[in-house]
Amino acid sequence: MSIGVIVFPGSNCDRDVQWATEGCLGMTTRRLWHEETDLSGLNAVVLPGGFSYGDYLRCGAIARFAPALQALVDFAAQGGRVLGICNGFQVLTELGLLPGALTRNSELHFICEDAPLDVVSARSPWLQSYGSGGHLTLPIAHGEGRYQCSDDTLKQLQDEDAIALRYGHNPNGSVADIAGITNTAGNVLGLMPHPERACDPATGGVDGRAMLEALLD
Amino acid sequence: MSVRIHKAPLEIVPRYQARVLVRLRPSVLDPAGEATRGAASRLGVEGISKLRIGKAVEMELDAPDEAEARRRLELLSDRLLANPVIEDWSLELQDS
Repeated sequence: MSIGVIVFPGSNCDRDVQWATEGCLGMTTRRLWHEETDLSGLNAVVLPGGFSYGDYLRCGAIARFAPALQALVDFAAQGGRVLGICNGFQVLTELGLLPGALTRNSELHFICEDAPLDVVSARSPWLQSYGSGGHLTLPIAHGEGRYQCSDDTLKQLQDEDAIALRYGHNPNGSVADIAGITNTAGNVLGLMPHPERACDPATGGVDGRAMLEALLD
Repeated sequence: MSVRIHKAPLEIVPRYQARVLVRLRPSVLDPAGEATRGAASRLGVEGISKLRIGKAVEMELDAPDEAEARRRLELLSDRLLANPVIEDWSLELQDS
């Protein structure tokens, strides 16, 4: 059982993820360069935070064409677990594995703070152990995290119970306070907050642990 | 002195100048545009009631004909230059 963390030029949370999953939680993890096309042997894949390809054009717009992500589409279709954190969430929306888009924060600031979050749906494995209606606190660190989607897409997210997390205090102007969503099947989760930065009791709480443990449970 | 014989006639592929304008859809908030509008007012430029920031992508493209040039650029605009979830685009194309 092992986890792959895809590294793009400009990723900067890939080692944080590995520290959390392997260092704190003891799960075998390897980092994969984005040109890798073979995801066999992996049970879960993480797209980490950072600024892939300098966020040129739009956040995640160039990363989407990386060879590893063409393989990731098949991986996800076969039910493999995929977690996109921050820039990874942006990449998943550009790739079309998750609906909507992430845009500039409404107040323009890069926001770096702890965010209280509410679990909206615990139907996916990612949030089962938190329970629907549960609360957790995870750090956020982004300039472009304002989730946007059409009214139709929002209704679909609601109907499919695919809104995973909402902000307690909307920091960025996201539609419906959305902080994270899953795909219809529930095996793909994208979120702006950083669970990997909340796994080591020495550096800011452990509320992210159960979410990362769900990579391999 | 050597003589070169061209086996095939030289093909001249036309070159097109293209500009794709990418704009945030009207329903999407443009906080950077709003901030710039505020700065315009502080500069003393009054009367700007709306300011939206987009992108202009300028390209030169070699293609056999205009229809093919348009087809390629439409694909590019739809799939890469703009994200249809939040953006609209328009294409200007001319022979160079």
